[in-house]
Amino acid sequence: MSKYRGDKSAVAALVRETEVHRDLYIDPELFELEMRHLFVNTWNYVGHDSQVPHEGDYFSTAIGTQPLIMVRSDDGAVRVFYNRCPHKGTRLTEGSGNTGRFFRCPYHAWSFRTDGSLLAVPLRAEYENTGFENSVAVRGMTQVAHVHNYRGFVFAKLGTVGPGFEEFFGASLSSLDNMIDRSPVGRLEVAGGVLRYRHDCNWKMLVENQTDTMHPMIVHESSAGTAVAVWKSAPAGTAKPMAVEIYAPFMSSYDFFQKMGIRVWQHGHGHTGVSHSIHSDYSAVPGYAEQMAQAYGAERAQAILGENRHNTVYYPNVMIKGPIQLLRIFRPLAVDRTLVESWTFRLVGAPDLLLERTCMYNRLVNAPTSVVGHDDLEMYRRQQEGLACDGNEWLNLQRLYAPDEIRRNDDVTTGTSERLMRDHFRAWAHFMTMSM
Amino acid sequence: MAAPSDRELSDFVLGEARLLDEQRFEEWLDLFTDDAHYWMPLEWGQTDPRHTASLMYEDRLLLKIRVERLKGSRTYSQKPRSRCHHLLQVPRVERRDEAANLYETWTPMHYVESRGDRQDFYAAWTTHHLVAVDGRIKIRLKRVDLVNCDAAFGNIQLFM
Repeated sequence: MSKYRGDKSAVAALVRETEVHRDLYIDPELFELEMRHLFVNTWNYVGHDSQVPHEGDYFSTAIGTQPLIMVRSDDGAVRVFYNRCPHKGTRLTEGSGNTGRFFRCPYHAWSFRTDGSLLAVPLRAEYENTGFENSVAVRGMTQVAHVHNYRGFVFAKLGTVGPGFEEFFGASLSSLDNMIDRSPVGRLEVAGGVLRYRHDCNWKMLVENQTDTMHPMIVHESSAGTAVAVWKSAPAGTAKPMAVEIYAPFMSSYDFFQKMGIRVWQHGHGHTGVSHSIHSDYSAVPGYAEQMAQAYGAERAQAILGENRHNTVYYPNVMIKGPIQLLRIFRPLAVDRTLVESWTFRLVGAPDLLLERTCMYNRLVNAPTSVVGHDDLEMYRRQQEGLACDGNEWLNLQRLYAPDEIRRNDDVTTGTSERLMRDHFRAWAHFMTMSM
Repeated sequence: MAAPSDRELSDFVLGEARLLDEQRFEEWLDLFTDDAHYWMPLEWGQTDPRHTASLMYEDRLLLKIRVERLKGSRTYSQKPRSRCHHLLQVPRVERRDEAANLYETWTPMHYVESRGDRQDFYAAWTTHHLVAVDGRIKIRLKRVDLVNCDAAFGNIQLFM
């Protein structure tokens, strides 16, 4: 029996001002509806154009559970296609590579130009007088209509309703700008490999946790707290290692997180770390500030490097860390299964030590071997199991709630507020129901 | 110390795995030189541990943090605790350089990590760079190459 399909008001009723219903995390039907509505009506990151620098380069990716191909076409444009052959549905590509001037289906050798159009079918004469020219298949690979390349970051929207790119992201693009501007030439390249971490929990738990500033000093006491304690026993005068610089700020006080602030934008986007963040006090990388000053002028360089935004969430399921040049995607696989991909970038033209720090951060915090990751995953796992309890069907998101907050856009709140999480669910209800 | 024999090197590697299986982590940590690294690459045939991510690339400080963390009363990912099991092929001495005091062994292994009702299986090749220090064999580099190094994993909480 269907609880939510076709029932817009039942879906909308799952999100209250300060509470959300547990079914958002445990109901398989809602997961399916998310794939059909939430991930269709929103703009989602599909890849970076440095992954497809040359004509014919492709990268196999996805939005929600829809397999896609991002390709650099012969005309130099980056296009996005559904990753299936129009003949019988075979997935055309795995991973990444160069396909040359055309894609060739490995099953029956139908081939397609890099703009998706059908190039050739073996024994084509056998389709004559069959009406093939009127088929769906003859149109070639199905292109994703709405694609936007923002300074190298390629986003796509699968559906036809929902806002345009600029309207969807609004001022939140300033976080991507800051990450990109940290390169003296204003360019990033995917580098350092991708860490892939399986989580037995709903994808939204991970997204919420990105701007949950009330958990680090509790959940990461075991990892970051131990790091601080072990470091204290080092002989006096020992230079503070990069790893300790990365771990220690996780143990910052409530006061630190309250004061850092959270900025919220429309559509569930927002970031922690308005005035400062856990990334503010890293050691300077020799030569880098000078390079930046030369490229941008002293004042502008200082403004770029003075932004230390902690985590920026691009709703629904992407997070970036500008000061670390890191992007995480929380890929929904099933209602209780999520794959976390943590990608890193090289600041083109900047010292290699920055990429080294980025890679270290990624493996210390985001790897399946990471003690910080172990701390978090344990909480998600317990949350997923706890939500099955029938004692209470609602999750509470009331911290620093104000009834008029919805009217304040592009607002800065106390850093420990759950406002941004409430905004996630407002956006969730909005994009879920707009096409029902 | 006289140069360690092949048998001593091989026994050392087998003994190291046993310390892990018996959860004698402090003694295990003491097998590493001060400048040692434990490296678990992310890429097949990875050569650069610094500008490419790894699953682990840890010095003694980071290894010590892990060992201390495993004992913590608020380490909830270890409630219940994990256990591990190493099944090693006989370690093979690949390189002996007595002048440089460097010995390299190669050891295929199967590794199982369990926690509660869950058990995960891994297959890997372990390379040890060993040195003789004050009459003892010590590890300068332990490199663990998983056969599926680039796969998506769940938690790996102990040491392979």
